[in-house]
Amino acid sequence: MSYPKKVELPLTNYNQINLNKKKLLVLYEDMLLGRNFEDMCAQMYYKGKMFGFVHLYNGQEAVSTGVIKLLDSTDYVCSTYRDHVHALSKGVPSQNVMAELFGKETGCSKGRGGSMHIFSAPHNFLGGFAFIAEGIPIATGAAFQSIYRQQVLKEPAELRVTACFFGDGTTNNGQFFECLNMAVLWKLPIIFVVENNQWAIGMAHHRSSSIPEIHKKAEAFGLPGVEVDGMDVLAVRQVAEKAVKRARQGQGPTLIEALTYRFRGHSLADPDELRSRQEKEAWVARDPIKKLKKYILDNKIADLNELNDIQSAVKIDLQKSVEFAMSSPEPNILELKRYLFADN
Amino acid sequence: MAHVGRALAAAASPRSPALASMRSLLAPPATAAARPAASASAATAAARSQARAASTITCREALNSAIDEEMEREDKVFVIGEEVAEYNGAYKVTKGLLAKYGGRRVVDTPITEAGFTGLATGSAFAGLRPICEFMTFNFSMQAIDHIVNSAAKTLYMSGGKIKVPIVFRGPNGAAAGVGAQHSQDFSAWYGSVPGLKVISPYDAEDCRGLLKAAVRDDNPVVFLENELMYNQQFEVSDQVMDKDFTLPIGKAKVMLEGSDVTIVTHSKQVGVALQAAAELEEKHEVFAEVINLRSIRPLDTATVCESVKKTSRLVTAEEGWPAFGVGAELCASIFETDAFNYLDAPVQRVTGADVPTPYAENLEKDAFPVQADIVSACLRAVDATLA
Repeated sequence: MSYPKKVELPLTNYNQINLNKKKLLVLYEDMLLGRNFEDMCAQMYYKGKMFGFVHLYNGQEAVSTGVIKLLDSTDYVCSTYRDHVHALSKGVPSQNVMAELFGKETGCSKGRGGSMHIFSAPHNFLGGFAFIAEGIPIATGAAFQSIYRQQVLKEPAELRVTACFFGDGTTNNGQFFECLNMAVLWKLPIIFVVENNQWAIGMAHHRSSSIPEIHKKAEAFGLPGVEVDGMDVLAVRQVAEKAVKRARQGQGPTLIEALTYRFRGHSLADPDELRSRQEKEAWVARDPIKKLKKYILDNKIADLNELNDIQSAVKIDLQKSVEFAMSSPEPNILELKRYLFADN
Repeated sequence: MAHVGRALAAAASPRSPALASMRSLLAPPATAAARPAASASAATAAARSQARAASTITCREALNSAIDEEMEREDKVFVIGEEVAEYNGAYKVTKGLLAKYGGRRVVDTPITEAGFTGLATGSAFAGLRPICEFMTFNFSMQAIDHIVNSAAKTLYMSGGKIKVPIVFRGPNGAAAGVGAQHSQDFSAWYGSVPGLKVISPYDAEDCRGLLKAAVRDDNPVVFLENELMYNQQFEVSDQVMDKDFTLPIGKAKVMLEGSDVTIVTHSKQVGVALQAAAELEEKHEVFAEVINLRSIRPLDTATVCESVKKTSRLVTAEEGWPAFGVGAELCASIFETDAFNYLDAPVQRVTGADVPTPYAENLEKDAFPVQADIVSACLRAVDATLA
C-alpha cells in the first residue's frame, strides 16, 4: 500500500535564519541525543530491559528540537505516549528518562510512570499521556494557569508559554476541537504542535480526516494555522518563534502543523506492514539530522570534527545513562502504595 | 423510650426542616441512659449537638458559603464549569460568586466536559486549586478520563512529584422525573479509583465542613452533592459557621445510637434511615444505630465494624445499583475482619433497583429505597436472629 498523495513540504527561506554557531550546535546535539536515545531504547527493549509499549520518535526530531529549544525553563511542555524525546529537549536528564524506562527508582517518575508517562515537575514537563488527545486539555489548563497567575495572582510579568504536542490522528478527536475553541476564546498562551507523521498506527491520515490539511482547521476557530516542513529544524524553529512570541505577548494560541514522518513503526510492537518501502525511503532521504548537518557544513559554521565530537559525546552520555539505569535499584516493594496521596 | 421514638417520628418528614433537629434529640440524659453506652464518635456528636444552634441554613447555602470562604482565603482557588458565573450556577450553588470575584475566578465554560475538566486538571498540575463543577455528575461521564486518568493517577505516575489539588463537584444521585441519563449515583464508580477521595455529604454541616476540607486537600476530590437536598434546611451551630470549620475526610458520623441493628448509609438516604430508625423504635421496639458515611473513599470501615460488633446486625442503604456497590464494599469490609464473628444475622442490602432509572412516576418511585424498605430490611435482620 503506498501513500497515494505526494506530500509537498513547504519551503523555508534560509535568508531569514539568524542563528549563531552555539545555538545551531545546541539544535544539532539535541536532535542527535533524541535519535541516539531512541536507538538505544530499541536495543534495550529487544534485550528485555524495558517492557510494555515503547513508541520511538526517530525521524521527528526536528519538531521537538525546533520548538522546545526555544522555550524558557519555566515554560511548559505536554506530550503524548511518544514522549521521551520531548522530555530530553526540555532538559530532563537522559539518565533519569532511561532509568524510568527500566522501571527503576531513579527514574524521573521513580519507575511508577514508564515509557508513556514521563513527568518532571522541575522542568515543567507535564507528561506523558497514553490516550489520544488526553494531553491537550491538560496543556490548555497549564496555559490557563499562566493567564491566571498574571491576571489574578499578579505573579510573573511575562507569560509562561505551553507547547502541546500531538499527532495527526489526534486531530480527529473532539478534545482537540474543544481546546482550540477555549484557547482562542480566552487567548491562552499555548502552541498546538501537530506532528503530522501521516500515519495513526495503520490508519493513513487521508483515510481518517475530511480535511487532511490540519493547519486549515485553525481558521474555523480563529487562530493562525501554519504548515511547516517538520523535517527541517530551522524551518520549525522559524514558525515556532513567531508562535512563542505571540503567546508570550498575550495574543493567544497558534496551531503548527509540522509535516514529518516516523522512521520506525508506531511502537516497537508494530510490524509496520502498511507503509510502503518507497514511501519510507522518500522520507528517510529527508532525515532532519542529516539536513542540519549539511547546512552547518555547507555554510562552514562548524567542521566535521566538531560535529563528530558532539556525536561521540552524545554516545558517551547515553552509555552512561544505560549504566546508570542498569545499576539503579528497583523501587522498594514496600513502597507499592506510596505516592497515592499527597500529605497536605 | 417510646416518647423519644414518637418525637423522632413526628420530626421525620423527608423534606421537613424539623428533620434537622433530630440531632438535638440524641442528647437528653434519659436517652443516653436508656441506650447503650455512647461510643467516642457518638459522644462527639452529642457534644456538638449541645452547642447552641446559631442558624438554620440550606445545603445550598452551606456549599455556597464554603466555596466563597475558600476563594476568599486562597487566591489560587477558582470555580470553573457550565453556567457557574453569569447564570449563578445551574442549581444556584455558585450564586453571587461572579459578582464578588469576577470572571477570572468564576469561569463560565462552553459545553465541553472533556475539555474543561481536562483544562481544570491541567491548571491543578501547574499549581492552581480549581473547583470544577459538573452541572450534574451524569455529565462527568464525558470527562471521566480526566478524573480517573489525569487527576487520580498523576501523583502516583509522577513518583509523587505532581500534585493535583482539584475538587470535582456537582449534584449526584437520583433526581426526580428526569429519566435514566440524568438520574444515577456515581459513588461506587469513583469510589473504586485509587488516588481519588470521594465525599458524599448529607446535611448542611457535612456540606460546609467537607467541601472546605476538600478544597484544602492537596489531592483530587470527587464531591457528590444531591440535587434533592439543596433546599433542605438544617440547624447548624456557630462552630459549623466558623470560617475554618472543616470535617475530616474519611471519617463517618454516628447520627443516632442504637443497640439492635446498624444502618450504614450516605447522602440523602441518611435522612430516610433516620426516619426508618424512628419507626423501628416506635412500632417495633428496635433500636437502630444510623451511620452517615460522609466519605465513600477512604471508607471508614473502623466505625462500621465497631458498630456491628455492638449491634451484631448490618443493613446498608444507598441509591446506587446493587452490583459492586457501596453496600457490597461494606459487606466485604465486615466479612474480612473480626467484625464478621459478631454478626448474628445475614447482612441486608437496600439499594436502588438494578435498572436504568425509569421515567414513569410510579416506576421511578419504586426504583429507589424508601423508609419502608429500610424498616423491612432491619426487621429481616432482627427476625433472622430470632428464628
